[in-house]
Amino acid sequence: MKNLLSGNAAIARGAYEAGVILAAGYPGTPSTEILENLSRYKNVYSEWAPNEKVALEVALGSSFSGARSLVTMKHVGVNVAADPLLTSAYTGVNGGLVLVSADDPGMHSSQNEQDNRRLAALAKLPVLEPASSQEAKEMVLQGFEISEKYDIPVILRITTRIAHSQGYVLLKDPVSREVREYNKNPRKNLMVPGYARMRRIDLDKRVENLRLYSEDTPVNCIEGSSSAVGIITSGVSYQYVKEVLPNTAVFKLGMTNPLPVQRIKEFAGSVEKLYIVEELEPFIEEQLQILGINATGKDLFPNTGEFSPGLLRSIFARAGVLEEDEHKNAEIDDAPAVPGRPPVLCPGCPHRGVFYTLRKMKLSVTGDIGCYTLGGLPPIEGIDSCVCMGASIGMAHGAEKVSPVMKDKTVAVIGDSTFMHSGITGLLNLVYNKGTSTVIILDNRTTAMTGHQDHPATGCTLMGEKAPELDIEALCRALGVNRVNTVDPLDLSQLKETIKNEIDAAEPSVIIARRPCALLSKEPVGPRVEVDLESCEGCGACLKLGCPAISMQEDKASVDPFTCNGCGICIQVCKFGALVKGGNSSV
Amino acid sequence: MCKPVDILLVGVGGQGTILASKVLCAAAEAAGFDIKMSEIHGMAQRGGSVVTQVRLGEKVYSPLIEEGCADIMLSFEKLEALRWLHWMKNDGTIIVNNYAVAPVPVLAGVAEYPANVLEYIEEKVPGCTILHAVEIAKSCGNSKAANVVLLGAMAREMPVSREFWQQALDSVIPPKLLDINKKAFDAGYNAVN
Repeated sequence: MKNLLSGNAAIARGAYEAGVILAAGYPGTPSTEILENLSRYKNVYSEWAPNEKVALEVALGSSFSGARSLVTMKHVGVNVAADPLLTSAYTGVNGGLVLVSADDPGMHSSQNEQDNRRLAALAKLPVLEPASSQEAKEMVLQGFEISEKYDIPVILRITTRIAHSQGYVLLKDPVSREVREYNKNPRKNLMVPGYARMRRIDLDKRVENLRLYSEDTPVNCIEGSSSAVGIITSGVSYQYVKEVLPNTAVFKLGMTNPLPVQRIKEFAGSVEKLYIVEELEPFIEEQLQILGINATGKDLFPNTGEFSPGLLRSIFARAGVLEEDEHKNAEIDDAPAVPGRPPVLCPGCPHRGVFYTLRKMKLSVTGDIGCYTLGGLPPIEGIDSCVCMGASIGMAHGAEKVSPVMKDKTVAVIGDSTFMHSGITGLLNLVYNKGTSTVIILDNRTTAMTGHQDHPATGCTLMGEKAPELDIEALCRALGVNRVNTVDPLDLSQLKETIKNEIDAAEPSVIIARRPCALLSKEPVGPRVEVDLESCEGCGACLKLGCPAISMQEDKASVDPFTCNGCGICIQVCKFGALVKGGNSSV
Repeated sequence: MCKPVDILLVGVGGQGTILASKVLCAAAEAAGFDIKMSEIHGMAQRGGSVVTQVRLGEKVYSPLIEEGCADIMLSFEKLEALRWLHWMKNDGTIIVNNYAVAPVPVLAGVAEYPANVLEYIEEKVPGCTILHAVEIAKSCGNSKAANVVLLGAMAREMPVSREFWQQALDSVIPPKLLDINKKAFDAGYNAVN
C-alpha cells in the first residue's frame, strides 16, 4: 500500500515500522509534525520534553536500556542537545538511537540556517540525508540498523523541503518491538576520563568501519554515465539536479558522513568536469578538496538560502553545461509594486497589548523565540533583540549590570513554553547574582508558534493524557523571586501600572501576562468592536497596534467585523472613545 | 516523458489553501499520477502569504516548480496572484478570486494596495479567469467554501476526470460539510466557460 505523506509523516511511519519504543523531542519548525504523527501510532510511547537536551537524554536512557529510540528537533535544537550528543558518540547505544535534525535553509521559520552536517561531523556521527518522503521512511529503518550494528547514534538530517513536501511512501508492516537485554557496563556507559579515553579510541574504530559501510551502502549510488560532466549531490538538491539535467551522471549521496571516499575518487576519475551541488555549507566539497579532487561547488552555487530547479538551471547554463531555454514566462517587468505580506500577531492575540505598552513606555526589551517575536516588527516594534531560545533573561541581566542607561529600563519577555525550555536557569541566575531586571512571562497556555503543542504547564501530554500542571508563580517564588505578579494582558492600564512598579523595584520581578492564545478557542474573546464615526478624529493611534482588523477608510478608523476578535485593546488605545464594543458578540 | 503539470495555490493564511491542495492531491492520486506537493508552514500561518506547489506527472522529481514554468495558478486573493505572477508561463492558466485581503503594512498606511491588479493580470496572461468565489460560495450556503468553488473552477483545466474529484471530496471533506462543498465545487466548475 502506498500513501501520499510529508517527509515528517514518513519519518513517523518509519519509526513505527522500525519498532521504535520511545520517541521524544521539542517542537520546532520544520520538525514538529514527526512526533505529532508518531503519537497517533499505537504501541509507541512519545513525549514532548521541555527542551531538546532533555529529549535526547530521555532517548539515551531508553536506548541504554535496550529500546529503539527516536529524538526529533529543529537544527538549532541540536545546539541545545549538543552536550549529551557529542558524548553519546563515545558511549554508543544499546537499542538503536536516531536523532532527526530538521535544518531550515532559507530560514523560513528560524533565526539562522546552520548546516548540521558540520555539527554531526564534529560529533563524529554518521549522517543520512533523504531526498524524498519514501527515502525519509527507509532511512529511519536504515538508521536504526546502522546504530545497532556500529554502536553509535545516527543523525537523520532533513531540510524544510523534505520535511514539508509530500510524495508517495510504500507502507510495510512493523518489525517486532523488543527491548534488548540490559547489562551494566561502566566502561562503555560511564564517561569518566579513564573510561572516556578508551571509548574515544574505540570511536575512531567505529568511524573507520562506518567509512567502509559508506562505500557499500546502496543509498550512495551512481545514476547514469557521461564522461563529460558528473555531479555529486545529496538531499532535495538531487531532485533539482534530476529536474534540470536528467541525463547527466549523478553520484547521489544518501550517507554524507562519513563519505564513500574511494567511490567518489573513482567517480571523479570517470568524468571530465565534476560539480558538487549541496545547499548551505561546502561540506562535501571541502572534504574533496582535502583529498585533492578537483571539483566546482561554492564558486558557482550559493552557500545561503534554498536551491531550486530554476536556480540550478541558470547556474548550469552560465557554466555551459546546458543551454538556457528561451524566456517563456510572462513578461511582467512593469508590474505594480506588490506590498509585502509579513506574518503578524493574530487578531485578539494577547501579546499585542504587551508590546504596545512596552513601546509606549520607551523600555529596552530583550526578546525570545516564539509568535511574540513578531511584536518586534513594524508597526509595534516592541522588542530590541532576539537571539535564541531562553536568551532574553540572561541578556536583560547582562545589559543592566553594565549600562547605567539600560538599568531600570530593561525588560525581558519570554513565552511560557520558552521559559520552561531554557528561561528558568536564566531567572535563577538573575536572582543569584542580585540583578534587578523585570521578566515578563507571556503565558498563552501553549506552544503557539509551532501549532499549539502541550508543555509542562498545560496539564496535558503529547499522547493526550492528563498531567500535573506546573505552577509558574510558585516556581518563580521558589527560585527566589519575591515580586511575582499575574496580570491580564488585555487590561492595558493594569499592565502598564504593574510594569512601572516592577521596573522601579530594586530587586528581580516576574510579571506573568496570562491569557490563552486567541487561536485556542473558536469563540471571539469579546464583543466585536465598532467605530463611532462621529467621535473618530482619524488620528491613526489604533493603527499602531498592527491589528489585521483595523484600517483607515476615508480618514476614519474602520474595524473589519469578520477579522475582529473582540479583544478590546483598541478601545483602550483610542483617546476619543471612537472605538466601542459592538452590540452583538457574533457577526 | 511529458513534463509534469505544475500548479500553484496561493493565498493568505487561513483561506483554506491547505484543504484545497489536499483535495487536489487526492483527486490526482485517484487518477494515477505521481505527485509531489510542497508547502511552507510556520510563519506563513500568521496571516502571511501562503503558497502550495503541486506537481503531477508520470514521474516527478522536484517538489518545487521552476520559476516561469507553472501551468496553472489558483489564487485565493488577487494581490497574491500578482505576487506569484512571475512563476507562471505566459500561456498558463490563472483562476483568481476577486477578493482582497489588505496586508498589515497597507492597513497601517505605510504601503499601498495596487489598483487594477486584475486588469494587469488579464493583460499579461490571456488564460485568466476571475471569479467572485466568496459570493458563489455564499449562495451555496457558506462563504467559507470559496476555496472549493475555486477548486471546481480549476478542475475544468485539469487532466483529472470528474469522478476522481468527487471521490476526493468524499474522502477529504468532513461528512457534515460535504453537501455544501459538493455544491460549491459544482458551482465553481460551471462558472467557467
